[in-house]
Amino acid sequence: MAEDLVIDGRKIGSRLVIGTGGIPSLEVLDAILEASAASLATVAVRRVDAGGRGGILDVLRARHVDVLPNTAGCFTATEAVLTAGLAREAFGTNWIKLEVIGDEDTLLPDVVELLSAAEQLCDDGFVVLPYTNDDPVLARRLEQAGCAAVMPLGSPIGSGLGIRNPHNIALITETCSVPVILDAGIGTASDAALAMELGCDGVLIASAITRCREPVRMAAAMRGAVEAGYLARRAGRIPRRSHAQASSPSEGIISLDAP
Amino acid sequence: MFVNGRACAVDPGTSVAALVAQWCPSAEGIAVARNGEVIPKSAWPSTSLGDDDRVEIVTAAAGG
Repeated sequence: MAEDLVIDGRKIGSRLVIGTGGIPSLEVLDAILEASAASLATVAVRRVDAGGRGGILDVLRARHVDVLPNTAGCFTATEAVLTAGLAREAFGTNWIKLEVIGDEDTLLPDVVELLSAAEQLCDDGFVVLPYTNDDPVLARRLEQAGCAAVMPLGSPIGSGLGIRNPHNIALITETCSVPVILDAGIGTASDAALAMELGCDGVLIASAITRCREPVRMAAAMRGAVEAGYLARRAGRIPRRSHAQASSPSEGIISLDAP
Repeated sequence: MFVNGRACAVDPGTSVAALVAQWCPSAEGIAVARNGEVIPKSAWPSTSLGDDDRVEIVTAAAGG
């Protein structure tokens, strides 16, 4: 019934991608991975003396979860390209979740630097999954640059504000031919279901799981929500109507009037 | 030289491989950049470091 998510020719076992940012511990991450059934998870690239212990790679490997390195914390294309190069060397993957951030307050993408970095990395043989604005034009430009997927935000990273512009997300899913993974802004399960109902091919969730009261329970909720939204999208929702439409037949209703 | 933003006294001619061995229990999941350029693992033993080098040694951390 369900079709696999395929990015750059590679089957991704789950449409729920886990962002590991904000995990309380590696033990909780392990339980999140199990509950979510994710097969792809992000990691950041950090100095070895700054909390980057490498142990996270062991947790992912034991769960057969593939590593999707990111360029979080980069503000320029130059920084992002170098970080991607380090990730490729460190983790042996040419996949990169490309983030180039404009400012600390909003963490919104700097689209000029983002597109420049995407072009350079695609030319250098990377499989680029850019974190981008909910802008259909930019999404198209990133696809044209050779990106293997696009990852529009629902709302700012970690905000939990959900999908602020569902119309734009729907436009992106209609106009892009590469997979669309909603990234950032998810607050709870209904947001993830909505993303899939809008036609997204997957959802990346970090904070909504890792920073909630019960991360493992939320991981299970997100797994269900992504699947429900995907199935509902494929099933095809009924049209919205201004007025009621009875679901019971109008024939054969009893009458108190003779005969 | 600077290693991960910290001033370090390192013997002249120390290789990248030797520096990594000092900093990390294992080279698994580690990458190195010198002056903004990635040094491939295969070149670590043959790449000598000098006083003016700025070295970054990185690995995976939770994020994203």
